[in-house]
Amino acid sequence: MFTNLPFFPEQASAQAPQVDALYFFLLAVTAFFAVLIAVLVVVFAARFRRRHDDEIGAAIHGSLALELLWTFIPLGIAMVMFAWGAKVFFDLYRPPVGAMEVFVVGKQWMWKVQHADGRRELNELHVPIGRPVKLVMGSEDVIHSYYIPAFRVKADVIPGRYNTLWFTATKPGRYRLFCAEYCGTKHSGMIGWVTAMEPGDYQAWLGGGSAATTSPVAAGEKLFNEVLACVTCHQETTQGRGPVLLGMFGKSVQLQGGGTATVDEAYVRESIVNPQAKVHAGFAPIMPTFQGLVTEEQLLQLIAYVRSLGQKPAPGTLP
Amino acid sequence: METVSYLNDGHGLKSWLLTKDHKRIALLYLASVTAFFAMGGLFAMFVRLELLTPAGDLLAAETYNKMFTMHGVVMVFFFLIPSIPAVLGNFLIPIMIGAKDLAFPRINLLSWYIYILGGMFTFAAVLAGGVDTGWTFYTPYSTAAANSHVVTAGLGVFITGFSSILTGLNFIVTIHRMRAPGLTWFRLPLFVWAHYATSLIMILGTPVVAITVLLVAVERVLHLGIFDPALGGDPVLFQHLFWFYSHPAVYIMILPAMGVISEIVQTFARKNIFGYSFIAFSSLAIAIIGFLVWGHHLFIAGQSVYAGLIFSFLSFLVAIPSAIKVFNWTATIYKGSVSLDSPMLYCFGFIGLFTIGGLTGLFLAAMGLDIHVHDTYFVVAHFHYIMVGGAIMGYLGGLHYWWPKMTGRLYSEFWSRIGAGLIFIGFNLTFFPQFVAGYLGMPRRYHEYPPEYQVWNVMSSAGASILAVGYVIPLVYLTYSLFAGERAANDPWGAKGLEWEIPSPPPTSNFDATPIVTHGTHQYAPSKEVGIV
Repeated sequence: MFTNLPFFPEQASAQAPQVDALYFFLLAVTAFFAVLIAVLVVVFAARFRRRHDDEIGAAIHGSLALELLWTFIPLGIAMVMFAWGAKVFFDLYRPPVGAMEVFVVGKQWMWKVQHADGRRELNELHVPIGRPVKLVMGSEDVIHSYYIPAFRVKADVIPGRYNTLWFTATKPGRYRLFCAEYCGTKHSGMIGWVTAMEPGDYQAWLGGGSAATTSPVAAGEKLFNEVLACVTCHQETTQGRGPVLLGMFGKSVQLQGGGTATVDEAYVRESIVNPQAKVHAGFAPIMPTFQGLVTEEQLLQLIAYVRSLGQKPAPGTLP
Repeated sequence: METVSYLNDGHGLKSWLLTKDHKRIALLYLASVTAFFAMGGLFAMFVRLELLTPAGDLLAAETYNKMFTMHGVVMVFFFLIPSIPAVLGNFLIPIMIGAKDLAFPRINLLSWYIYILGGMFTFAAVLAGGVDTGWTFYTPYSTAAANSHVVTAGLGVFITGFSSILTGLNFIVTIHRMRAPGLTWFRLPLFVWAHYATSLIMILGTPVVAITVLLVAVERVLHLGIFDPALGGDPVLFQHLFWFYSHPAVYIMILPAMGVISEIVQTFARKNIFGYSFIAFSSLAIAIIGFLVWGHHLFIAGQSVYAGLIFSFLSFLVAIPSAIKVFNWTATIYKGSVSLDSPMLYCFGFIGLFTIGGLTGLFLAAMGLDIHVHDTYFVVAHFHYIMVGGAIMGYLGGLHYWWPKMTGRLYSEFWSRIGAGLIFIGFNLTFFPQFVAGYLGMPRRYHEYPPEYQVWNVMSSAGASILAVGYVIPLVYLTYSLFAGERAANDPWGAKGLEWEIPSPPPTSNFDATPIVTHGTHQYAPSKEVGIV
C-alpha cells in the first residue's frame, strides 16, 4: 500500500534550498537540545532513584552561574535563528526587478490565472524555469492562501488588497498547488497544479491557447476607453477633471490634506473602488466609486493598463 | 465515625449548586470540564476517522469542517483555558496560602455559572447544526460567507470569557491580600506564582477577544463594516485583535501546567526546586512578553515586513523563559530521591513533550521558514504538543497528584501508570507524524488530501485511538476510586506544603487556626531559608 515513505518534499525552486538549509539547521539544534533534556531526565531519574522510603534529596537551591549559562547560550542560538530566518524571509519577499508577472484571482473555490499575453488558466499555472515569476494576487470573496510546497512559497490572498508572491522554478515538472487558508466548504478542493517548463516549451504552450485571447493591458484599455469611459476625465492632456495617468505609475503623488502616496497596485485599486480615500492634490473629490461595477479580474486589467500608461512619459517632459 | 470534611458538610444538590466553598466549586468545574473534554474528544475522533483515507468518504465536507471547528472551540475555550486554574487552582490556591477561601467566594460561584451559560450557548450552536469557521473565526469568512451558527457560538465564547476574567481577578486579589502570616512572596509555592502570571493574562487579554467576537457578531448581523472589505472594513484587523488574546491564551493554558510540574518535580524528587526565583520570574516574563508576539501569526498575511521582524524577534525571546524552566526542572531531579509514581510519570511526559512543542515553535518564529510551514500540519502538530502534550499532561499530572487531597481517596497505582504510559505513546504516535506531513506540505483543515500524505495520516489516526484509550482509563479508575478507593492519609506522598498538613479531604474551613509560615515549601532537607537564586 505504501511503497515509499515520503519524508521530505521535492525541491523545485531557487528558494527551496534556502528554506531547507534553515530547516536542517533548526532541526539539528533542536534535536540536540531535545535529546539532551531527555537523556538527562532519564539518567537522573535512574541514577537518583529512591532506594529507601525515608530518603530525601540533597539541599541544592540553585546556581547563578548555571542560570546565566542556560539563559545566554539559548539566547545566542535563538538570535542566530532569528537573523537567518529574517534573511531568508527578505530574500523570499522582495521580487527581483523584471520578474515575469502573472495575475491570480482566488475565489471560493478556484484559482483564476491570467498571463501577460492574455492566456487564461483555471487551477493551473504554467511557468518557465530559470526565470523569476511574480504573482499579483487578489481575492473576490474571503481570504485564501496560495501555496506551492515544492517551491516553499506561500502568501495569503486577501480581499481588498494585493499580495505578491515570487519564485524561480528550477526543475521541470508538475507540482501541487494548495489553498492554505481555510475558506469554506470546499477549501480542500481549492487545489491544482503548477507546471514548470523549459522556456521553449513554455513559449509553445503560450502560443497554444485559443486565438481570441486578449492581454490584460488590452482588456484594461478597452475598459478604460469604452466600457467604463474613464478616459472622459483621465485624458492624455492636463485638461481633464481627473489627473493625467501618463507616467504616473510607480511615482509618488501629493495628496489632498497633506501626505503622499506611491501609485502602486493597491493605490490604483483603492482609487477605483473608494476614490475619496486618497485624493490627488489639486483635484476635486468628484470621482464616483466603481465598487460593484468592476470585477476583481477587471480591476487587475485596469491596473495593468494604468501601469502601461506609467511607462509612457508624462506630458510636458522630454522623452 | 466519618469525620466532617467539605465533601459531607451539607448534602443534596442544592448544597452543591449554591456552595460558596472554593473546593466544591472546583469539583463543579472538574465535572463540567470533563464533560466538555469528552465532547471535544468526540469531535476529534470524527476528524481522525475521516482522515484515515485521502478521499472525503466518511463525512460531508461541511460536516468535517464543523467537526474541527467545534473540536477547537470546545477544547480551547471550555476545556484548556479553565482546566487547571478553575479546578486545581480554585481548590489549591487558598489552601496553599493558608486562607479559608478565595477573596470573593460568591464571584467564584458566579464565574462557574457564567461558564455554564457560555457553554450552553456553544452547545446550542452545536445542536442547531454547528459552526464551520474554524476556532479562529477568521473574517470575512465568518462575517460574510459562513452559513453556520457563528453568532451563537461566538456569544458562547464571549460569555465564557467573563468567567475567566472573574477567576483571574479573584486569584490576584486573593494572592495579594490573603496570604498567611509569614508567607512572603518568595515563600509562595511556584504553583501560586504560575497562577498569578496566568491571572494577569486572563484579566488583560480576555476583554480583547470578547470585544473582537462581539464585533464579528455586529458585522454579521448589522452589516457594519469592520472587517469585511466589501463594507469598507479590514479583514487583517480581525487577525490582529484575535491573536492579541489568542496567543497569550496559549500561555493561560501552559503557565498553570508549568506550575503543576514545578510542584510535582519537587515532591517526587524530595528536593526543593532548583532556581526558585528564576522559575517564578520566568512565569511573569512569559506573561509579559507573550502579549507582544501575536504578529507571528501574520507573517504572510501582508503585514509590514518590519513589524514581522519585531514579532519574530520577540517570539524568539519568549522561548528563553520556557527554556530556563525546563533546565531548572531537570536540575531539580539531580541528586534527588526520585520515585516514579504516576504524577511523576506525567511530569516526565510533560517535560519531554513540552520541550518538543517549544522547540518546534522556533521553526514557526523563524520568518523564512514559517512561510513554508504556516497553516500546514506542522503547526497543528506544534500546538498540540504544547496544548495536549503540555497542558493536558500537566492537568492530569496535577489531578493525580492532588486527587488524594481532593477526594480523600487513593486510586490504582498500577492502572494509573498504564494510563500515563498509553497517553504518552498514543500522543507521540498521533502528533509526531503530523510534523512530517506538515513539512511535506499538507495544509491543515483539509477534508480531502492527496494520497501521498496518507501513510502519515494513518499513523496519526492509529495513535489517536491509543490516546483515546489512554484517556478513558483514568476516567474509569478515578471514578472508581471516588466511591471505593482506599482512604488517603493527610500526606500520602511525603510532600511538604500547607495543603499536605491538613486532613484529606480538607474540612470546609481548610485550617482550624490560621497557619504561621516560617519557610518556603518543599523543604525536605533541614536547611537554611531558600536563598534568592
